[in-house]
Amino acid sequence: MKGQIEINRELCKGCEICIYFCPKKLITLSDQLNDAGYLPSAFNDSGECTGCATCATVCPEVAIEVYCG
Amino acid sequence: MEKIFSHPKSLKKAVFHYCPGCGHSIIHRITCEVIDELGIQDRAIGVPPPGCSVFAYYYFDVDMVESAHGRGAAVATGIKRAYPESIVFTYQGDGDLAAIGTTETLHAANRGENITAIFINNAVYGMTGGQMAPTTMLGMKTTTSPFGRDGKLEGYPIKMSEIVAQVLGSCYVERVAVNSPANIRKAKKAIKKAFQNQIGGKGYSLVEILSPCPTNWKMSPVKAWQWVDEVMSKEFPLGLIKDTTGKPSAD
Amino acid sequence: MTGNAAIGEAAIRAGCQSYFGYPITPQNELTEYMAANLSRRSGCSFVQAESEIAAINMVYGASVAGVRTMTSSSSPGISLKQEGISYLAACQLPGVIVNMSRGGPGLGSISAAQSDYFQSTRGGGHGDYRTIVLGPGSVQELADLTHHAFELSDKYFIPVIILGDGMLGQMMEPLEFKHEAPEVPPVRQNALRGAKDRPSRFVRTFTSNPPDLEELNWSLFRRYQLLQKQEVKWENYLTEDARLIVTAFGIAARIAKGAIKQARAMGLKVGMFRPITLWPFPNDQLNELSNTTKYFLDFEMNMGQMIEDVKLSLEGRGDISFHGRPGGVIPTPSEVLRVITRIYYQKGLN
Repeated sequence: MKGQIEINRELCKGCEICIYFCPKKLITLSDQLNDAGYLPSAFNDSGECTGCATCATVCPEVAIEVYCG
Repeated sequence: MEKIFSHPKSLKKAVFHYCPGCGHSIIHRITCEVIDELGIQDRAIGVPPPGCSVFAYYYFDVDMVESAHGRGAAVATGIKRAYPESIVFTYQGDGDLAAIGTTETLHAANRGENITAIFINNAVYGMTGGQMAPTTMLGMKTTTSPFGRDGKLEGYPIKMSEIVAQVLGSCYVERVAVNSPANIRKAKKAIKKAFQNQIGGKGYSLVEILSPCPTNWKMSPVKAWQWVDEVMSKEFPLGLIKDTTGKPSAD
Repeated sequence: MTGNAAIGEAAIRAGCQSYFGYPITPQNELTEYMAANLSRRSGCSFVQAESEIAAINMVYGASVAGVRTMTSSSSPGISLKQEGISYLAACQLPGVIVNMSRGGPGLGSISAAQSDYFQSTRGGGHGDYRTIVLGPGSVQELADLTHHAFELSDKYFIPVIILGDGMLGQMMEPLEFKHEAPEVPPVRQNALRGAKDRPSRFVRTFTSNPPDLEELNWSLFRRYQLLQKQEVKWENYLTEDARLIVTAFGIAARIAKGAIKQARAMGLKVGMFRPITLWPFPNDQLNELSNTTKYFLDFEMNMGQMIEDVKLSLEGRGDISFHGRPGGVIPTPSEVLRVITRIYYQKGLN
């Protein structure tokens, strides 16, 4: 199963929960502030994402959409 | 590729005002997923409390009515008695449900009012800046227990779910948490069952949800989520406390 | 029937769908009447709540869901309800609150008194608001004004307080009910009954933006001005040629009437001005009477509360005496007659 996520960087508050829980460690903290002043999460699309949706499940901001196919 | 995770229909597309890592927005989302799945958006009426979630109506796309502090169970009783076809849920913090609202909570449960109570336990009064709450644990420092909660002076953390389970009118009581993917999924199941009970006319359902409060616990979000496992759920054990409905959830 | 029962029957006939109460003397007969007569009506609900606070919050919930709903209590219990009443007023929700008042302050006495006038008419809870306050003076009026309370409450989206007392509640008089109970209790349009075929709505007043709250306050007060123009009720009793006018409400007015009849028989030209809406107070109507005479005697079963409205109405043009008995002591007509006579002669009103 190949997966992909889209993180809405303007909704992200940089809580890092998705980073902590991603089983493949594919999310890191961006070094570019968003408009709200947070450093948001960023997805590393290395092709290893399985679309497990753990990140979206734990995201408090509903900032992540998950695609699978 | 197919989109497999998206925004629930009954959750408004508004930016949450909650702190980074707060449990409220997770709970709002999974409750809205349940509302969507059960198809009750057009007859749900929610009663949010004073507290951080006072603005819940900016997020839940259902009819909602503000309640006085602690009185959610009474307001919900009034709504349900006036309009029994509605699906009425309260959304209450620990101070709201288990300090000022203890009487209303117990008696709504005792009467078996056919409502659903979602009880957010973060062991502090969040909105007002982190004061001691009925569920604050011994030794925990808050702004009104600055030396750490002392049982002899300040009493003990209240296990409200266990107390509500004692009254005969409560049909379903479960304690869950939203600090990990597995727990979030279990929490959603519990919330769904609590709503299904109301649809089936079974009586009062209570879901207590241990919820991280990074700001008032003075921890990073990740540390706060871990603390729920490491400390909070030792005091407030997760799991089913009461179920007299005779049916597991539809899932 | 008794006053308490008359209120209950009138409420049912006005289409009251739910009643939320709690035991407290001297209004228990009303709670019991609703338990016996409302609870089994189709589509209706009776709850003996766990406290007066819970009861008013249940009223708030039922009102939001669009039905005619009420609660009742007596003075200390009404104190408990003040936050809930403030919320009803703020959210512009109808609801009827019956206060069969008793002696206070504190746990007080169980006997009739009128010491909740300020609490009722000045918006007894926090914030700037008013509720309509009706002051019945007989069992018939308890029934009529109960019906009127529901009508006004729904028409103006404002809570209505019926300010009775322990004596009115317990006394038994013949009366006539002018309305039949509806088959199905009515439901208000625009109630919160689920977002079916419309966007979801919320009812609230909390705001983190003070100008929004300011605008709400102004809009409430514009409605109050309308009420002051349109809904005052009062009674003038033998005032046309009166040299001394008694001002009184509720049970005190009843007692005073007895005294005034005797005074008239003695040749004293005494009359009475009786407000029936205590809020909105009939200021203009009382003010007009200062053209008839400048001598007034305010008589209340308290330490002097309505007298402030009397003074405000007369705008300094009246010579106002006061006779009050607090604590639940019931003055007799003879006592009031003695006071009337004394004032009449002291002021040289022969």
